Amino acid sequence: MRRCGGAVVLVSLHDVRFTYAFTEGPALDGVTLELEPGLLHGVVGMNASGKSTLCALIRGVVPHFHEGTLEGDVQVLGRDLSDWDPADLSQTIGCVFDNPFTQISGIKDTVFEEIAIGLENLGVPREAMIQRVKEVVERLGLQALIRKNPNELSGGQRQKVAFASIIAMDTDFIVIDEPTSQLDPEASEEIFGVIDQLRRHGKSVVLVEHKIDLLARYADSIVVMKEGRVVMHGPTRDVLTSDALLDANVPPPEVTALARDLADAGKELPFMPITRSEAYQAISRRMEGRPRGHHTA
Amino acid sequence: MAIILREAGYTYPDGSEAVRSVDLHVDDGERLAIVGQNGAGKTTMVKMMNGLLEPTRGEVLVDGSTTRGRTTASIAKTVGYVFQNPDDQVFNRDVRTELEFMPRYHGWDERKRAERVERAAALAGISRHLDTNPKDLPFATRKFVAIAAVLVGECGYVILDEPTAGLDVVGLSLLNRMIDQLEADGVAVVTITHDMRFVVESFSRVVAMADGNVVADGGCAEVFSDDAVLAEARIKRPEVAQLARDLGLSSTALTIRDVAPLIP
Repeated sequence: MRRCGGAVVLVSLHDVRFTYAFTEGPALDGVTLELEPGLLHGVVGMNASGKSTLCALIRGVVPHFHEGTLEGDVQVLGRDLSDWDPADLSQTIGCVFDNPFTQISGIKDTVFEEIAIGLENLGVPREAMIQRVKEVVERLGLQALIRKNPNELSGGQRQKVAFASIIAMDTDFIVIDEPTSQLDPEASEEIFGVIDQLRRHGKSVVLVEHKIDLLARYADSIVVMKEGRVVMHGPTRDVLTSDALLDANVPPPEVTALARDLADAGKELPFMPITRSEAYQAISRRMEGRPRGHHTA
Repeated sequence: MAIILREAGYTYPDGSEAVRSVDLHVDDGERLAIVGQNGAGKTTMVKMMNGLLEPTRGEVLVDGSTTRGRTTASIAKTVGYVFQNPDDQVFNRDVRTELEFMPRYHGWDERKRAERVERAAALAGISRHLDTNPKDLPFATRKFVAIAAVLVGECGYVILDEPTAGLDVVGLSLLNRMIDQLEADGVAVVTITHDMRFVVESFSRVVAMADGNVVADGGCAEVFSDDAVLAEARIKRPEVAQLARDLGLSSTALTIRDVAPLIP
């Protein structure tokens, strides 16, 4: 069993290669990665770089459900993936898919029941289940939707409901694949706010997300994937200011791109910002520390 | 030639009033982005533009004739609509058949059909997938199949619903190339999007919606400098635009290209 500082390592992969059945090239190609518990790990990369397969592997969906050839050493929460019972693993790790159209069960008549579905499967007593769903509904501001049929929701609403049903399960480890792809900016911020709360409560989160400006604000570490490999993994700041990110064709936060352009024009900032508030400080300092405006949240 | 909405509104059969009363012109060859919260009425409004929905109040004119009583199929020759989810749109067993759907509907001869299909496929970067089943392609590629299937019909107007969702940087630059080509061909491009950076970098006009109404309609600089409009439509400026404003550098600089020269 691998440990890090005494605690069990969340996920440990050593030279992992996975090829889906009936495909030629590997989806994961020599991945070595260790993720610490209690942190928010962002995963970035181009389409088809292996992000979703990595999530599926951590959850045991690969190779238990999608068949293929798995090589290398995979441990989840200190246990070999092959020693996990797939059902146990799915109850231990909450998972939100990137496509809310496939995540909604389609068998429940109301959003309230849909959110309860995971708890129902776990056999949580009725009163506790109702209480728990009510809490989540309030936390995510879904009160107006609870009586609606999940099949009549918009893409954005479905995404919120899918997210709610996983939050309700209250697992210590959550894997989330692009939770905000259909959401407007305000709703995306809300979802990140909830993910941040989970992390503050000690949960471990693996999050695939294209919205790099939001990852810059919330993630503890970033994994960069390219062509089935992990090309960089480290603290968020190190990764988002690195050339490895650009080499993987992942755009940096907009303010970091601005700072890079300024540096190219000979206008170097005192430090490389990754968030807007940092950029405000860095540029103010360059402008002799006399900001002419004020920073807004 | 234009799409004109005159006090157009739409109430769904369940009584929800998605679009209240909208007056709007979409002119030939322009680039227009429609922004606003989920549920603001954006998709309902564009569905009235191509006849998927007939307005329950007011009227919609496409190149001078009303959409009332016309089939969506006949309007689709002029106004193409690319769905947010390609799986709602793409249904044929291979990409070529999917792309040939509109040319056949137009009644074009085989040579013209083949020519148009090849051009649309090349523009969308899917030439090598013509004989593939769309279901075997990744999501982003299916999205380009959906776009190509609309482009191939030589519409005067193309509506793209959330085209950047799920696209990486390569997909985004391909999308921008396609929009440039459409503009060069004189086609108006209307998009619905939550991606404000895409709006300011690729579109010249913005329509902001809130609660079923248009609350602002103007150039990007004009709309994004109006705090009251942004608050009502619950949208935010792109990061560098907000930064330039906070620093007191400019209230109209919106992109990295605008902002970088302002920093001494």
